[in-house]
Amino acid sequence: MCTTCGCSDDAQMRLTKLDGSTHSHEHTHADGSTHSHEHAHEHEHEHEHKHENSAESVGLRQAPDKSIQIEQDILFKNNLKADENRRYFHERSILALNLVSAPGSGKTTLLEKTILALKNKVVINVLEGDQETANDAQRIRATGIDVIQINTGAGCHLESKIVSTGLKQLNPENGSILFIENVGNLVCPALFDLGERSKVAILSVTEGEDKPLKYPHMFKAASILILSKIDLLPYLKFDIDLCIKNALIVNPEIRIIKVSALSGEGLSEWIQLIEAMLQKPL
Amino acid sequence: MHELSITQSIVEIVIDYAGGKAVRRVQIEIGELSSIMPDALRFCFDVCSKDTVAEGAELEILRTEGQGRCLDCGREMPMAQLFALCSCGSRKVQCIKGQELRVKELEVV
Repeated sequence: MCTTCGCSDDAQMRLTKLDGSTHSHEHTHADGSTHSHEHAHEHEHEHEHKHENSAESVGLRQAPDKSIQIEQDILFKNNLKADENRRYFHERSILALNLVSAPGSGKTTLLEKTILALKNKVVINVLEGDQETANDAQRIRATGIDVIQINTGAGCHLESKIVSTGLKQLNPENGSILFIENVGNLVCPALFDLGERSKVAILSVTEGEDKPLKYPHMFKAASILILSKIDLLPYLKFDIDLCIKNALIVNPEIRIIKVSALSGEGLSEWIQLIEAMLQKPL
Repeated sequence: MHELSITQSIVEIVIDYAGGKAVRRVQIEIGELSSIMPDALRFCFDVCSKDTVAEGAELEILRTEGQGRCLDCGREMPMAQLFALCSCGSRKVQCIKGQELRVKELEVV
C-alpha cells in the first residue's frame, strides 16, 4: 500500500488537496512509469524449500491437507479503520456525513449551497470522491473552504482507509463538519462504512420513483434521504408521494427532506437538521 | 464492481492465515442479501490470487438465505429481499441472516 495517499498498488487511487496552498501530487501505479515513492510490503513471504532428506522428497508420505478455521468478516479491515475514524470524529466533536447517490443527482450543487449557508457559523471540510477529475473539488474550493479530491481510478466507492488518509491531510478542527461526497454509485458505497455519523442518500426527481426498491441496500443504509431538484416537478411525471412511500417500505425510519438547491426550497429544513446533529453528538 | 475490492480483502485474509503455505481450497460464506454476485467473485478471485499462495485454489461459496425478525411482534420470516412486510402489518423487519460476508475456512497443502 502507498503510505502517502493510502492507495493500493493496483487501484490507481490519487489524492489531491485543494486548500489554497500549492501542495498537490499525482502518481500512477501499475505501469510503473511515474513511481516516485517506495511501497512497503504489508506481509512477509515465507519461502519453503525442499530438502533432499525431507519426507516428501524421499517418498515416505505426503503431509495431509490441513484445514484452518478462520470465520473472519471479509470487511473486517475496512470496519476496523471505520471504527478508528469514528473515534477520531467523536473525540473532536466532528460531524461527518457521507453523501451517497447515483451520478447526477445534484450532490455537489446541494453541497455548495449547504456550505454557503453554514460556513460563517461552523468550519466545514470536504472529501470529494470521483473516479476521475478534480472538477467537483474545484467547485467546492470556490466556496472558500478546504477540500481534498480523492480520485478512485477503477474504484467505484470510497473505503475507510482513504478517508483516514484524507483526514490526516485535512486535519479538521474540533467542532467542525466533514462532508464526504462519495463516488456517484447507488450500489457499492452502501457496503463500506467510513466511520460517518450518517449516510445521506440523495435522489433527484428526474430519476424513477422506484429507485429505493431497486437499490434497497443504499436506502436501508442511509438515515436521511434528500429528494432533490424539486423545482423540476411541474415538468415531470414524477410521483413524489409514491417515491416517499417506496423509501419508507425499504426503511421506515428514514428522514425525508424535499429540497431544491436551485430555488432554495426545503434548504432551511436540511440546514436545521445538520445544526441539530452538530449540537447533539452521539 | 465492489466485488473486486471484496475479493482483494478475501485474498489478504487468506495470505494472512496461510502462513506461506500453498492454499488448496478457500471456503467463504456470502449471504443472498449481501449484494455480492458469486460469479463476479469467482472471476475476481482468479485475478486477485495470481502470484500469491492462493493461486489456483478452489473457491467454495456457501450461500445463506435471508431471514428477518419483526421489531414490533418478534415474528421471524424468510426474506427474499432486504425489506419485508410482517403479517402483523409492520415494516420494521430487521434482517438477521443473509448479509454474511465471511471467510470461513482454508485448506493448505
